[in-house]
Amino acid sequence: MFAYLVRRLLYAIPILIGVNIITFTLFFVVNTPDDMARMQLGIRRVTQEAIDKWKIERGYDKPLFMNRQASGAGVLTDTIFFTKSARLFVGDFGRAEDGRDISKEIASRMGPSLAVAVPTFLLGIFVAVIFALVLVFFRASRLDFWGVVLCVAMMSISGLFYIIGGQYLVSRLWRLVPISGYAAGLDAWKFLVLPVVIGVVSGIGASTRLYRAFFLEEIGKDYVRTARAKGLSEAVVLFRHVLKNALIPILTGVVVVIPLLFMGSLLTESFFGIPGLGSYTIDAIRAQDFSIVRAMVFIGSVLYIVGLVLTDISYVLVDPRIRLE
Amino acid sequence: MSKSSRPFRGFFRSLLLCLLVFVAACGSERNDPYPLSERDQNILYSAFVGRPKHLDPVQSYVEDESVFTAQIYEPPLQYHYLKRPYDLIPGTAVSVPKPEYYDASGLRLPDDAPSGRIASSVYEVRIRPGILYQPHPAFAVDADGRLVYDALDEKKLAGIDAIADFERTGSRELTADDYIYQIKRLAHPRLHSPIFGLMAGHIVGLKELGESLQRDAKTLPANVWIDLDAYPLEGVTRVDRYTWRVKLRGRYPQFLYWLAMPFFAPVPREADKFYSQPGMAERNLTLDWYPVGTGPYMLTENDPNRRMTLERNPNFHGETYPCEGADGDAEAGFLADCGRALPFIDKAVFTREREGIPYWNKFLQGYYDASGISSDSFDQAVRLNVGGDVQLSDEMEARGIRLLTSVDASTFYMGFNLADPLVGGSGAGVGAERARKLRQAVSIAIDQEEFISIFMNGRGIPAMTPLPPGIFGFHEGEEGINRVVYDWSSGHARRKPIEEARRLLAEAGWPSGRDAKTGEPLVLNLDTTVGGMGDKSRLDWLTRCFARINVQLVVRSTDFNRFQDKLNKGSVQLFYLGWNADYPDPENFFFLLSGNEGVLLRGGENKSNYANAEFDRLFATMKDMDNTPERLKIIDRMNRILQNDAPWVFGFHPKTYTLAHAWLHNRKPNNVANNTLKYQRIDVAQRAERRREWNIPVVWPLALVGIAFAAALYPAMIVYRRRERATACGDAERNRSA
Repeated sequence: MFAYLVRRLLYAIPILIGVNIITFTLFFVVNTPDDMARMQLGIRRVTQEAIDKWKIERGYDKPLFMNRQASGAGVLTDTIFFTKSARLFVGDFGRAEDGRDISKEIASRMGPSLAVAVPTFLLGIFVAVIFALVLVFFRASRLDFWGVVLCVAMMSISGLFYIIGGQYLVSRLWRLVPISGYAAGLDAWKFLVLPVVIGVVSGIGASTRLYRAFFLEEIGKDYVRTARAKGLSEAVVLFRHVLKNALIPILTGVVVVIPLLFMGSLLTESFFGIPGLGSYTIDAIRAQDFSIVRAMVFIGSVLYIVGLVLTDISYVLVDPRIRLE
Repeated sequence: MSKSSRPFRGFFRSLLLCLLVFVAACGSERNDPYPLSERDQNILYSAFVGRPKHLDPVQSYVEDESVFTAQIYEPPLQYHYLKRPYDLIPGTAVSVPKPEYYDASGLRLPDDAPSGRIASSVYEVRIRPGILYQPHPAFAVDADGRLVYDALDEKKLAGIDAIADFERTGSRELTADDYIYQIKRLAHPRLHSPIFGLMAGHIVGLKELGESLQRDAKTLPANVWIDLDAYPLEGVTRVDRYTWRVKLRGRYPQFLYWLAMPFFAPVPREADKFYSQPGMAERNLTLDWYPVGTGPYMLTENDPNRRMTLERNPNFHGETYPCEGADGDAEAGFLADCGRALPFIDKAVFTREREGIPYWNKFLQGYYDASGISSDSFDQAVRLNVGGDVQLSDEMEARGIRLLTSVDASTFYMGFNLADPLVGGSGAGVGAERARKLRQAVSIAIDQEEFISIFMNGRGIPAMTPLPPGIFGFHEGEEGINRVVYDWSSGHARRKPIEEARRLLAEAGWPSGRDAKTGEPLVLNLDTTVGGMGDKSRLDWLTRCFARINVQLVVRSTDFNRFQDKLNKGSVQLFYLGWNADYPDPENFFFLLSGNEGVLLRGGENKSNYANAEFDRLFATMKDMDNTPERLKIIDRMNRILQNDAPWVFGFHPKTYTLAHAWLHNRKPNNVANNTLKYQRIDVAQRAERRREWNIPVVWPLALVGIAFAAALYPAMIVYRRRERATACGDAERNRSA
């Protein structure tokens, strides 16, 4: 397995370089260094001289990919692409165009993002599994039928509706928790209750239906019949045996998402005033801050690769038949 | 319950426990987003939407940033809080300086000397002694009077992440040198002050200083502090500890307005040097992040992604609330605090709200002291009465909320690119006269009143000239109307009928929207950014306006960058833009149409590339004049020229509606000054009472949810038990055996 992991990590290098090239190209197709300078310096009273000075200072006066005026390796290294991208691979994200340290910013925003995402993720899985098992227990009954109908209805509703409706009911009408905001430490709980509940509720429909399908597939298998024949109660059959075996597709589906929890959720964080990473990339795109955009895309790519590797590992852990070679 | 049902039982018990804990925790104001320790304190709560980019006064130029910088930094001058039209009064200065004029040989000229003779103007600013900076580690000194934190390195900075982490702070008196230092910072090559180009044209020696600094900066490492005191600036001199002089080229009366802006606020060299030490920038410890000022407040928390906090500066020199105001201010209660010491509020907490819905709801719950009105909440907040006036809704009135309205010192317009052969008539184009009539016809056809009513909920007034209300030269009533577009009838300005626009179009050579010679339809192109004026409904409406005179409008949506590029290259035909005043002077609007500011020829702010010799001549005269009847006459003439030439379709001046709770006092809309926090006062007891009254939690829905859950659970449990007890043969067999 070790050799497999090393190979996967080595594969990641060209993938990351490719992602970086695509990000760079896309960004500079839409924005020129002049546009970036204008955005950073402001629209009013900005002279071309000021724009040129800004570009020189930030290194945006160089060619994008190839510097024909340079010699030797400088042809490739004395370019915007190289100077702005090479340091990413040693974990140095540098500074945003407004001068602020990107690593520090990411570190400070990651906590709030995780504070919402982790409980939502764990509770979401827990609740969806329970609901799916209940539906399976009452399979082919009216409860199962209406449960599935409810799931379809819930997954058809936009996430924004849950957020706005939840804020209106719970915070505005019932005045039970703050409508938005955030506090550090344990004081954060009252700000997290509502986004977490809404996150869980909005995800129940789709997850429950999916897990129900996994459980139904398992419940028809021989080992389940054997368990019943042993005289085990239906609850024990479901929770001890079916759940354990159905966890394989569930687990492999959710593990890939775990690293991406760091990236936060744009919608939830915007509406609930959570100062997380969710809006960092969007804000940077709006501000034409290439330094942040490339750093966030890079981190996103790394986390996605990590997620895929973890998924592979989880296969091995939950299914002894699988070997990574 | 059987053993097999235990998993359910455990889960439901946990759920019930959680609900009980939550309900037990439900005292009053469970939805209070602020810490309990802040309750009933003299704190103003506000919100901000956009993250401020710069808090360094040399760079900061947008309103999102002025909300903070204007409370922290003190320029020499400020605007009177209550008086209208806006009146400059001393800030840290002893008095508003009067310029002295000199000719080319250095001879003093009388105050009324013609501008042509004036080679230079000198402003002498004397600041009040005894003004202290806020406590800050940059000023901390040891027993010997040496700065404690002027030789920091990574080792000494270990464990320091914020300014509050420095153990010691100090202060010192504000001096003239601090203002001089800041003026030199305008030329700093690494700071990119947006007004450097403008000021380099006025302040003697600033351009040369910029070149000199640029030259030296190239030879120095990027993070090395540049000691600006080592660089002379010819036009700015120190007279004594509290007095400095600035020498300008020619006459520039608008300079006084600049002296009321943060660009000319003092920056102590200790602070600049302190932040330039190694390791500081890596910790985001910069002047751009942690300002150092003498104003009534200091920034004690800077998390622009969540919360920014201003706290009372304990060293503030003191100021009193004004005792004079505009008409009606006394009746409105704005003079009730006359003579009382400022500031009233101890702390201001600004929370970032990216979305309007939470912002609005928190305002209604009393957790924000004031709010704007978004279009989503407009109908809930206000209603139009029979006379078309805006009134608060019953719900707002019942809460004691007040509505504050003001017309912004801004103008929005649709510009014609006069360099375009069709709408400008230049070169091999259609000719100036035809193009002028075409522009006039379009000006009539675009019904601004309808636009304001449909798309702005009535929050604006149609513009007749570039000048908004409150700016010298603006006229109310018949005197102020644009006679090309409006008639005066029954005491109101009435837009000319569409037939007049068609007539003008026919005279221009496009009867019924077709070229009189070729029969080709007249097609005009509007360049716009997506999401700005690019909203589909607005553009559909605009297209219909053009269709009324049989002109086809082609909308060319583009991104912001390309739009700017097209404007700068003059490759647009029609475009929408707006302008917010830097200062309340007509020069700040008319320069947008000055020939010397043409974007194609000079790279200036005149995006229409409009040039009229008479207008330019009048502008050159008007900009150097005081607000006299002669100046008013010139302005009137300039307005007539613009109305006739129609380089812009004058759009509207937006109105700002602000809602303020009853406990917030002295909040008067101000479109020019931003240092308004110090004047505002909060009745803390009233706010606490209202908050308690408005935020009693409603717990019964939780109980209802629990009951509904139990109700759903009960039949499920019955079914579960029945299944568990069922045999393979079913109930009949079991009964028989029993």
